[in-house]
Amino acid sequence: MSDEIRFKLNGETVSYSGNMVRRLLDVLRDDFGLLGIKEGCGEGECGACSVLLNSRNVPSCITLIGAVDGSEIYTIEGIRNTEQFAVLSESFAEAGAVQCGFCTPGMIIASLSLLEQNPSPTREQIQDALSGNLCRCSGMNMIIEAIQIAANKGGVKW
Amino acid sequence: MNEKISESIVRVDAHTKIGGQTKYVGDMKFDGMLYAKTVRSLHPRAKILSIDIPDIPDGYFIVDKNDVPGKNRVKILIYDQPFFAEGAVNYIGEPILLVVGPDRDIISQIISQIDIEYEPLPAVLTIEDALLENSPRIYGQDNCFVSHEYIKGEPDDAFANADKIIDGEYRTGYQEQLYIEPQGVIGIYENHRMTIYGSMQCPYYAHRAIAEGLGWSEDKVRVIQTTTGGAFGGKEEYPSLLSGQVAFASLKTKKPVKLVFDRDEDIQTTTKRHPSVIHHRTALDSNGTIIAADIDIKFDAGAYAGLSDVVLQRGMFCASGVYNIPNLRVRGRAVATNTVPNGAFRGFGAPQAFFAMDMQIEKIARIIGINSLDFRLKHALKKGDRTCTDGLLRHDVKIPEMMSRIEELSDIRDKIKKFKSQTGRIRKGIGLSMFYHGCGFTGNGEEIIHGTATLRKYPDSKVEILTSNVEMGQGALTAMRKIVAKSLEIPIEDVIYENPDTSRVPDSGPTVASRTTVIVGGLLKSAADELKQRWNEPGEIEVSKTYHHPKYIEWNQETMHGDAYPTYSWGINVVEVEVDTLTYEITPKKVWAIFDVGVPIDERMMRGQIEGGIVQGLGYGSIEVMENIGGKIQQGTITDYTIPTAKDVPEIVSEMLDNPYEYGPFGAKCSGELTLIGAAPALAAAVENALEIEINKIPVRPEELLEKMEL
Repeated sequence: MSDEIRFKLNGETVSYSGNMVRRLLDVLRDDFGLLGIKEGCGEGECGACSVLLNSRNVPSCITLIGAVDGSEIYTIEGIRNTEQFAVLSESFAEAGAVQCGFCTPGMIIASLSLLEQNPSPTREQIQDALSGNLCRCSGMNMIIEAIQIAANKGGVKW
Repeated sequence: MNEKISESIVRVDAHTKIGGQTKYVGDMKFDGMLYAKTVRSLHPRAKILSIDIPDIPDGYFIVDKNDVPGKNRVKILIYDQPFFAEGAVNYIGEPILLVVGPDRDIISQIISQIDIEYEPLPAVLTIEDALLENSPRIYGQDNCFVSHEYIKGEPDDAFANADKIIDGEYRTGYQEQLYIEPQGVIGIYENHRMTIYGSMQCPYYAHRAIAEGLGWSEDKVRVIQTTTGGAFGGKEEYPSLLSGQVAFASLKTKKPVKLVFDRDEDIQTTTKRHPSVIHHRTALDSNGTIIAADIDIKFDAGAYAGLSDVVLQRGMFCASGVYNIPNLRVRGRAVATNTVPNGAFRGFGAPQAFFAMDMQIEKIARIIGINSLDFRLKHALKKGDRTCTDGLLRHDVKIPEMMSRIEELSDIRDKIKKFKSQTGRIRKGIGLSMFYHGCGFTGNGEEIIHGTATLRKYPDSKVEILTSNVEMGQGALTAMRKIVAKSLEIPIEDVIYENPDTSRVPDSGPTVASRTTVIVGGLLKSAADELKQRWNEPGEIEVSKTYHHPKYIEWNQETMHGDAYPTYSWGINVVEVEVDTLTYEITPKKVWAIFDVGVPIDERMMRGQIEGGIVQGLGYGSIEVMENIGGKIQQGTITDYTIPTAKDVPEIVSEMLDNPYEYGPFGAKCSGELTLIGAAPALAAAVENALEIEINKIPVRPEELLEKMEL
């Protein structure tokens, strides 16, 4: 493994050198200050640490930094100014999909990843796409509804 | 704000949470901050013979019992578990010491080199073991932290005259809160003062516990709640232990110290819902009417008392469910075992009690051959009836209306018949549960706390809410603002409500017992009404209100007689399931739910409570399996302890029915815990219907269903 890797983070090329077996989660939070990514379990089960890695919804707690060389990563901070985020944000607020908020940035990442691949998902497809993101407050239905609302809003290219 | 209070608005905290801008305790950093990790007991019960600490690098510290300047006991109801073990441990995972320093990897290396020598002692690991005459005594004379009994009417006479007596024994398992944000606190010692930031429900609980542990006066301690990523009771009493630990660590190191749990550590060592064994004995007359019940409740408290006394009391005050039983004996015991201490969890003793009562009702109806829906309605409480503790139900009980509506929505009456005697691989079933939740603290709790809430109007006409109640996802920041804004007829944007800081807010009591809206919201409503009268006074205006029960409340804590709660919220749930008779997997297909919470402060936030509570209840009844074998939690990771995911949730149809409470703000009663109670018993009743068997234990596990079916 080379001493330095490069990857695109929130649209900008960045480099990282050092311990390549650190978790992507720790590097993004501690080195890059991206605190919108949360650690809920450290085992890849809860999705609070979700990031978009080459457009896929991936838990950053079980991804090693060494493995992202040449990849494109987006965190919640990097999508905040997009029109897709604006639609999702409105939809989550309207649907009452937010309670304690700890899972929410990860849910937004999972939703965006789904809608980019499938702009008109069925309920079952949404359930599948969110199956790696846990929410203990909402019971999930209101999050599923938020994604349905976002998909139905139109006027935005996913 | 001219519309009805219940009309939904977008939560005030929605957008910052969606954007990931909200800071939780794990996101906070302070100059020179150190990290802490806990070294824990590996034995359920043992003496600590020696602790061998390796040479540790500069800048790293061991913090243990010798670093507790005050009392090394966490003040909860009594002086309880030690902050750090004192020569003995009583459960696997009990904290012994902290390793503190700047680098978490080096902390882990130090921990791996610490050698603790134990002398194992005979341990008590189950309720049954604890109550054996020859078992080791681990608490008092009888291994019970508390034993209570109350009697209503003349149960002995009624049993003597009974036509039929029916027994049933019911068991419930652990449930882990599994808030997605793990436990976390930061302690900062500066200028002879201690400040704690933490994810918690009860800043003043932590405040008192820290002051006692430090041996300081309370005015030198400050607790600031950080936005809390879910709690469900799990951050009621538990953060007091952690707050003390980081306070001692910061006092020793003179640096900020952060302690955030790993998920596994959180699952294995924090408080959970009490497992229970509940025995019902029900007496019927010749008309098939219940004339008496004898109910014995045993909760596994774990190794320390914690809140078990009051959890048990709430369970006892729900023992006979929503049914009017004139003669009653209820006994309750919180049993000591060498297992992780159990504590507060949404429902607080009620889910166990309602499960047992509902299953017993189904059993009786089956035995005497009557439709269980009619049997329930025949015995349902109504206004003017006496509660289990002989209190008077002064407010309307709308069970008949709720029942007819849920029958209409779910078609349960016909489906129960239709689902009998199925033969295919996949079998459908439908079941119902009826339940209540007493609003606010149990018994005389509110009269002990006397919560105070304050409103402060600034010269720019902004109004600040000052209470110690926290946002933990349930929507307090929005609900309380709505109450104040609507009362004052001002825009909600003009109402300020920050996360509580004990140096700024009065003690309005903890954020527990579904009391925030009904009790503290009620105080804010009356403060706002007064402020409105005084609105044009010059300068800053401050109005404080302190809670007193409505005058009608009569309660005797000694005999447990009278009004255990000032009022009640009510619910009926119906769950329809499919059971696969090859795998015995249970799939909830649809849920219908009706609630009377007085008047909801926000319909959409209330729906959030309903959806979340029901799904947590479905998990409690089915997939959330946690066992303790040999004192060790067997499902100690989030991979092994499964909670419902997006793929597991059924459609939930819910409605609310207005039934205003005159002492609640805008008629609101309690709502947060109520919503969890009914799903598990309704699911269990649905499995009974699908398979024509008797369920007496939750979670209902496929392997146990298979065994029952093969009998």
